[in-house]
Amino acid sequence: MKKQIIKLDINNQIYEVMVSPTDLLVDVIRKQIGLTGTKKGCGQGDCGACTVLIDGKAQLSCLMLAIASEGKKITTIEGIANQETGELHPLQQSFLDHGAVQCGFCSPGMILSSKALIDENPQPTEEDIKHALEGNLCRCTGYVLILEAVESYVEALSKGEV
Amino acid sequence: MGKMYEVSNKYNNYKEYQREFTEVGRSIPRLDGPAKVTGKVQYTDDLVLPRMAYGKILRSPHAHANIKSIDYSEALKLDGVLAVITGEDCPIPYGIVPHNANEHALAVGKVRNWGEGVAAVAALDEATAEKALELIKVEYEVLEAIVDPRESVKRDDLRIHENHPNNIAYEGTQVYGDPEKALAESDFIIEKEFYSSYVNHGFIETQSAISDFDPNTGKLHMYATCQVPHYTHQQLAKVLEMPMNKIRITVPLIGGGFGGKGVASQADFCSALLSRKIGKPVKITYERSEVFATNNGRHPCYMKFKMGFDKDGKITAVDFNNLMDGGAYSGWGIVVLFYTASMVHIPYMVPNVKFDGKRVFTNKPTCGAHRGLGGVQPRFAMEQMLDEAAEHFGMSPYEIRKLNAVESGYTAKSMMYVPHSEYKKCLDEAVEKSGFLEKQGKLPYGKGIGISGGYYISGTSYTLYLSYKPHTVATIKIDEENGVTLFCGATDIGQGVDTVMAQMAAETLGVKTEDVKVIPRDTEISTFDLGTFASRLTFATGWAIRQAAEKINAELFPVAASILKCRGDEIAVKDGYFYSIYEREGKKGRNREVLWTDVVTMYIESNGPLTCSGQFTPPRRKGIQQGGNIGHSPTFGFSAQVAEVDIDLETGKVNVVKITEAGDCGQPINPMSVEGQVHGSIQMGLGQALYEEMQIAPDGRFLNPSLHDYKMPTIRDMPKIDANIVEAYDPSAPYGGKESGEGPIQPTAPAIFNAVYDAIGVRFTEMPLTPEKVLNAIKAQKAK
Repeated sequence: MKKQIIKLDINNQIYEVMVSPTDLLVDVIRKQIGLTGTKKGCGQGDCGACTVLIDGKAQLSCLMLAIASEGKKITTIEGIANQETGELHPLQQSFLDHGAVQCGFCSPGMILSSKALIDENPQPTEEDIKHALEGNLCRCTGYVLILEAVESYVEALSKGEV
Repeated sequence: MGKMYEVSNKYNNYKEYQREFTEVGRSIPRLDGPAKVTGKVQYTDDLVLPRMAYGKILRSPHAHANIKSIDYSEALKLDGVLAVITGEDCPIPYGIVPHNANEHALAVGKVRNWGEGVAAVAALDEATAEKALELIKVEYEVLEAIVDPRESVKRDDLRIHENHPNNIAYEGTQVYGDPEKALAESDFIIEKEFYSSYVNHGFIETQSAISDFDPNTGKLHMYATCQVPHYTHQQLAKVLEMPMNKIRITVPLIGGGFGGKGVASQADFCSALLSRKIGKPVKITYERSEVFATNNGRHPCYMKFKMGFDKDGKITAVDFNNLMDGGAYSGWGIVVLFYTASMVHIPYMVPNVKFDGKRVFTNKPTCGAHRGLGGVQPRFAMEQMLDEAAEHFGMSPYEIRKLNAVESGYTAKSMMYVPHSEYKKCLDEAVEKSGFLEKQGKLPYGKGIGISGGYYISGTSYTLYLSYKPHTVATIKIDEENGVTLFCGATDIGQGVDTVMAQMAAETLGVKTEDVKVIPRDTEISTFDLGTFASRLTFATGWAIRQAAEKINAELFPVAASILKCRGDEIAVKDGYFYSIYEREGKKGRNREVLWTDVVTMYIESNGPLTCSGQFTPPRRKGIQQGGNIGHSPTFGFSAQVAEVDIDLETGKVNVVKITEAGDCGQPINPMSVEGQVHGSIQMGLGQALYEEMQIAPDGRFLNPSLHDYKMPTIRDMPKIDANIVEAYDPSAPYGGKESGEGPIQPTAPAIFNAVYDAIGVRFTEMPLTPEKVLNAIKAQKAK
């Protein structure tokens, strides 16, 4: 299949990459652009490790073609900390402080799914959070401290602390 | 016991203050956490080496077949294909237990399970490698497959391995005391059969390996997702016929292991063989289906139990017959078989025990080591039988457990010695926090509450091969450029041992945890450690680290003493200062003190950098029967759980509403990490209890090798968890701490099953407890 050059807008940077029409977004992000924070756990849309934000919405990059992502704003886990100071996004900090990170392989997807939810709905209920995260599998934490980390961020946000 | 842990530090006797911990007991976020939440951390598949090629493995569509021929000439012709290998390139078998090694990097002559590797390709890119696999022609002679161990033992005519009559991989018998007589004299006997299911670890990171063979030096450098780099090192040397000193294994961070990465993977061997063939680095990363095809998950067990009690409800004897489905190859099998035997002896006093076990081959992906191995299956059975006995005696399930529970100083009939146990405290706390006694037997139909206990080893006293070297060595280097650097081959698989090791080193050295650098495991740099299994690391590395750190202190204390003008045996170190424990000065009442870094500088200016090592090997015990050494451990962790369920009577779905846990892990080194281990254990136990099962068709086809069809708990399936750490300190442990990552999975499934009994009055004996089974039972009840 003929390859073509496309432009991808990832974390506010424009990357010009040569892709074939069947190349998946996750593979292009990881292998061509080198943003390996986006993980691949199943390649079939089951585990959520490859979650990225597309125009602010959490999407599975293993189910998206790279060519179909042109012209959209893509955010990966590397793009949410303060780009100038390197300071963690408060949601990342909350995951860290609450012990919501063990092996860390699901963490980028979990954090991005949470961020997409809270960006749209800053006061989610426990049910809303569960709904947003039920497509992200974690095998280490039992999700308990992940839920706590997200709830704690929501609370801090509502108090204007972050 | 005490003697063996004494270290050659003359200042040791003066440490009354040693339990006033400053670093141990802190809930420090893990040191690699910032890199994990920002995506900077590198797992194996994230690495790319210059000139790297990509490998793929062709896997068998048949569960049992002779390989008549493999023709890969067309594959080799494809542009971009660099090499193809088959079983002919790897005739030497390997296995985690060296004396019954029977696995190959690629099948030799015969495939024995669906998805077994038959050929591997290296190509310039993955797409080409995949295309090449399609061009390889394999001619199979398909054989009848056996997928049920109960049938397999009867089929000597259909041997999966020619040298194993009746497909028996191993069998063993252990008799302690006089179980026959004890059962005959018992006041109450329960006889029951149980089945535990066929489950996978479900780690989110699939296995990956990058091998870099340098033809000029003959050296192989491998990066691999491996929780036992030492064992993999040995096996690579064997299969590749290379000396160990020509092989280096670096283990990047691992995305979950749970025992599944506790064996060398076919990706390790195939990437190494391909790299050696083409003289370039080769990466192989598994697809999710390959994780299922190579499995190493929990052994399904067909268990027959007889359990006897005296008139007071005390256990008199246990007779345990275990038929284990081992799948196609040996793996960890013999170890798991005898672990199931040993798990009968604790956490309750059992004066007479008989064990008869067989591990049997079937045409299914091999079973192996899986969180809490060998314990989950018999615990599932015994904890339910205890509830039945309690009902018979008119006792509460709590009371019968308290009556039989082991205490510190107990020696089991199998000679297992329990130096420390707060199991009774665990039961008390779980019962009190959950309101178990007020609820049990009193909830409306459909709602129920159940209790269970469990324990696990905190290390293993024996290696899988005959070797007398220390099980763990830790080396600490002190210099001005780096401060404190800790080297140890222990593998962080996500459980957080790197942080815990740093905390323990910091505690004894008197510095901050954040100032200790832990060098990631690398067989060429780190000092020796057996690997991550048997919940051994906190205890074993703890002793090695403490010994190394005390040797460092023995060098630095005299320097500090000469600066402070006091006796060397008066010196202590904390928070970055050496100080005198007696001499006070100054208005604020502070002791005489000197900065840790000043003392280090003074020492180094005359002596150069300071490096000390410590080591640990668990004690052995006398009087052990065949296989009875397995299960021996320097100490044990305990857990009690209470599960509350709410059953949907329309659909049969069991909703676990809450689990209250109380655990004895001794002194928690990092309480937040302990909590995480407990939550993860409960999640995995709940998954096996209710949802998970690998499904194999009668012809051996794997029906659900994906995370879509293999149902693991999501955030929505999790109950509320109230995890409690009971107050405990194990004096035989280096910092009072013991395991917390495998004990808490033991009680989860039986607690749920006991709760279901409380809810609807039906005793289920098979996992997973699907809505269908529950609904059928409810319907049958109504029909009566």
